[in-house]
Order: sequence, then structure tokens, then C-alpha cells
Amino acid sequence: MIIKGKVWKYGDDINTDVLFPGKYTYTVTDPKEMAKIALEDLDSEFAKKVQKNDIIIGGTNFGCGSSREQAASCLLYAGVGAVIGKSFARIFFRNCINFGLPALTSPKLVDSVEHGDTIEIDTEKGTITTDKGVFEFPPLPNEVVGIFDAGGLIPYTRKMLGIE
Amino acid sequence: MGKTFSEKILGKKAGKPVVAGEIVEIEPDVAMSHDNTAAISQSFYEIGVDKVYNPDMHVVILDHATPAANSKFAQNHKDIREFVAKQGIKNFYDVNVGICHQVMHEQGHVWPGAVIVGSDSHTTSYGAYGAFSAGIGRSEMAVIMARGKIWLRVPETIKIHVAGKLPAHITAKDLVLKIAKEIGADGALYKAIEFCGPTIEQMSLSGRFVLANMAAELGAKNGYVAPDEKTLEYIKSVTDKEFEIVMSDDDAEFDQIVNIDVTNLEPMIAKPHTVDNVCPVSEVKGTKIHQVFFGSCTNGRYEDFEDIIDIIDGRKIHPAVRMLVFPASMKVYKQILQQGWVEKLVDFGAVVMNPGCGPCMGNHAGILADGEICVATSNRNFKGRLGNNNAFVYLASPRTAAWCAVKGEIADFREM
Ligand code: SF4
Repeated sequence: MIIKGKVWKYGDDINTDVLFPGKYTYTVTDPKEMAKIALEDLDSEFAKKVQKNDIIIGGTNFGCGSSREQAASCLLYAGVGAVIGKSFARIFFRNCINFGLPALTSPKLVDSVEHGDTIEIDTEKGTITTDKGVFEFPPLPNEVVGIFDAGGLIPYTRKMLGIE
Repeated sequence: MGKTFSEKILGKKAGKPVVAGEIVEIEPDVAMSHDNTAAISQSFYEIGVDKVYNPDMHVVILDHATPAANSKFAQNHKDIREFVAKQGIKNFYDVNVGICHQVMHEQGHVWPGAVIVGSDSHTTSYGAYGAFSAGIGRSEMAVIMARGKIWLRVPETIKIHVAGKLPAHITAKDLVLKIAKEIGADGALYKAIEFCGPTIEQMSLSGRFVLANMAAELGAKNGYVAPDEKTLEYIKSVTDKEFEIVMSDDDAEFDQIVNIDVTNLEPMIAKPHTVDNVCPVSEVKGTKIHQVFFGSCTNGRYEDFEDIIDIIDGRKIHPAVRMLVFPASMKVYKQILQQGWVEKLVDFGAVVMNPGCGPCMGNHAGILADGEICVATSNRNFKGRLGNNNAFVYLASPRTAAWCAVKGEIADFREM
């Protein structure tokens, strides 16, 4: 899969409360509404201007904090094509896989790319191409690649249980 | 070469020897969810399964916005009540029991050597009793409802060895904030933390719970303290479950060993807006505050009440401050009622609320106004966490929080 989009770049420790504020976790459930509050407490311009396949870049510990999976799903509903970080918080990383949102680890790329750059991800080759060169990211572990390929954990489980 | 606790326990579950880094599929002993059970039940039905695989595996506890703050929350609770009744989930605790992580051990759903997952990040807490416990997402919980299984990566382990005698009234909370300062909020990313050493052996179960609870704030998958006599005595008082203790081998391979000496530890505080933005209280003293939030799964237990009562007894709250008090559970509430402490709190000028999460994640019951500053005994001070992204949250121990309520500013209780 090729994902080409514009970069929204933020710093280290982007937490789940700024990705999707806790106060909305039980009240905002419609995907369209969820998309509108993505990153509300970090960048109020984001939800207004994000384009299909844009890419969010963070530093270390991307997605730390709560287990709420809306922190991943709201990005997907907002059109985000992938997230890239230097490292990810584990539950957020799991949530991304479980929703089929590519979460890629590439510290070198994070350091070289700027807000607004356009970059291209090739998920099969494991590469990210930018103006400054080609960067690699490690593939998903074999055990979870099936979940990702099925489009997320729920469709994967349906397949496993033979439910069509 | 020996194995760590996490390698041993996950290997036991997987039915084969495993090492850190491997991915295993296992059937957990217990699966906990809270107010998010309504959303989980929707995903569960979306899978296309009618009956929960093993209703007895699940524990459902309402705590995040209890009693319901508005009709949406109310509908949410209603959906959950209907779901557990329909699916025969007997381990259900309604709004009158307490915060999920406290209720889990009080009601006997935690034991040494258990493998527990929860759709809440602070599920790490039960490691305080020698269990393997980790947070997972909602969809993952829905899949456990459907087929009883989950994949987990066997974590590497960081050993945090703590030595020295804690100075008077310095608590596990000060220690864990100090650890956050040293290793950072990503210091244990994807890893297990094993807390050990003479200081931990001396520490109460309540204190150990604070460490395991906040292991989540260090990025850890699970926290762990080896069970001892204290642990066994308590666990046997809450469950008659048979269990087998699992501990790291003496020659286990740890990823990293961190040594901490607490002999000169001061009261610590985490400044806005990250948990590892920590300094001694003395560095920020004099900062005016508006609210004290006492409670949460981190610090709302009996022992924490002992600390605040010691400070507030016979004193008055500063007129510019509100203090909101949330016991971690109805059991704790009863204990403090019996001690006459509720009356003392009311005389002091605090508002004693019902057990539950309160404003901890910004749902209701004590939201801050723009520009306001709160000292909280909870575990997170992220921007917006207490419901307003223009407010400021400092994290501290119960004793520090109580003294701040007296002084109307951040203050060091050692100057009392
Ligand atoms: S008290 Fe706070 S941290 Fe603990 S479970 Fe409730 S919302 Fe989460």
C-alpha cells in the first residue's frame, strides 16, 4: 500500500488526552463527530485542515496515557493515513494495529522531516520517501500482520471464527 | 539462564517456555472493563457472536462517571446493566461500589500468579499483589468476550531496586514521582517493571499499589512486586482461590537495573503537563492553588486518609481553595465513616463525594475553570485531563495535597 500525504509534526509524549480528550470518551461516539475533535487540545487547526492520507509525526512515547482506542480511531476517521514516531506507547500501538492504522517507528525520519512536508510511505517495501532521502521502518511482527491485513481486529476475528 | 516473572507466568499460560520479545496467545484468568463496557458490547456484537465465551472471566465495574453526569452517561450505564444481565456476567458492580482497580482486589478478583487484562491503562496496579496485569484496548476486550484469547508480547523487565529508610511521612507517591523524574514517562516503554529491595519489602500493600498503578505512567506494560507474607494474608482475606506464586529466578536476565536510595527523599510534585515533569515540592512552593482533588485509584485508600486527617485535624481549609474528597471505594468510605473522619473533613471545609473516579478524567464532579490550578493525588496531569485544557494540574502525595489545601498554595508539609 502507498500512502502519500502532508506531514503534521508534533513533539514527544503526545498523550491520549490531547489526541482525544477524556471528557468526550463516553459522549462523542459518531465517527464524523470524533474526527472533529481529533487533537483538539494540541492543535485546534488540525481537525479543520487535515486532508485524506495526511501523516502525523510525533517523537518518543507517542500515544502515552489512557487505553482509549478513540485516540487511534479518531485519527482514522479524520482521514489520517499513518502515524510515525520515534517510539510508541504500547496500548496506543496495539489500538492502531487493531484499527488498521499504520503506526511506524522511524527515529531518523522524525528528525529530518518538517511540518508541511509531503512524504510517501510504501508499506510493502517498508520505506518512507521524502525530499531528504529514503528511510526504513521495521515490519510488523508476523503474529499481528494478519490483524492489520484483515483491516483490524474485529474483521480479523470474524474471519478466524468463520463468520461472514 | 533463569527467567523473569513475566517470562515465567506468560510461559505457563502459553504452555511452553518463552523469552522476552516473543508474542504469545493466551487465555487470561480475569478480564476487567468499566464504563467502556457499553462500547465494548457493541464491538462484541459486531463480531457476530451472540454469547460471551466465558462470562465468569469478566468483571464489570461502573466508576468513571458515577452517578451518571447526563443522559448519555445514563444510557451508557443502562446498556451495560442490560448487557451483563443478558450475558450472565455475575461479577458486576454498579455505581455504589467504587473505582475499578480498588474494587478488583477488594472483591477477590486479584491473586498472585493471576493473568489479568483490563480495558484501562492502570490495570498495571494488580502487580502489587504478584499478578501479571496489563491494559488493553476496547476492541481487544470485545474479542476476549468472543473467543477468550488475546495476544501479548512477553516484555523485557526493568528492575527498580529501592533501598534506604523513607524519611518521616514520605510515601510511595513521592518515590514513584522521583522514579518518573529519573527514568522519564517512556522509561519503561513496552517493558515490565519489577520493584524490589528493602524499602519495598517494608512498604505497605497500599504503597506498593501506588507504584504498580503508576508503572503505567512510566510506559510499562505491567508492574510487579514479589508477594510476601503481607500479600498472602490480605489475599486470603478476600478470596479462597487457590493460586501458585510466580517470581523471577535469582539468575533472571533483566534489561536494566535502576538503583534508588530513598534516605534523603523529599516530598515530590509533578508539574503541568507531564507526569515526569517532577521536582521537589520546595522548588514550586508559594504557587497559588484553587482546588485540591483527593482520591483516584492511586491515592484514595484508608492509608491515604490517615495521612490527610493527620494534617487537617483541627485546621481550616484556606478560603480560596476547594477540596474534593473521593474515597476509592465504598469499603474505604465505610472505614472513614466509622473513624469519624468524614465529620473531620466536613469541619475542615472539604466536600466529601461518593466513591468513584470523580473528575480524574474530566467527566464531571469537580471540573476546573480556565487558568485554575489544582493539586491532585491522582496519576495524570496531562493538558485537559481534569476536563479543561486551560487549567493546570500538579500531582502529589495525599499529605502534600492536604497541606496545600490548608495553605492555599503549594507548600512543604515539613515546614508545618
Ligand atoms: S481514578 Fe482516574 S486513573 Fe483511576 S481508573 Fe478512574 S479515571 Fe482512571
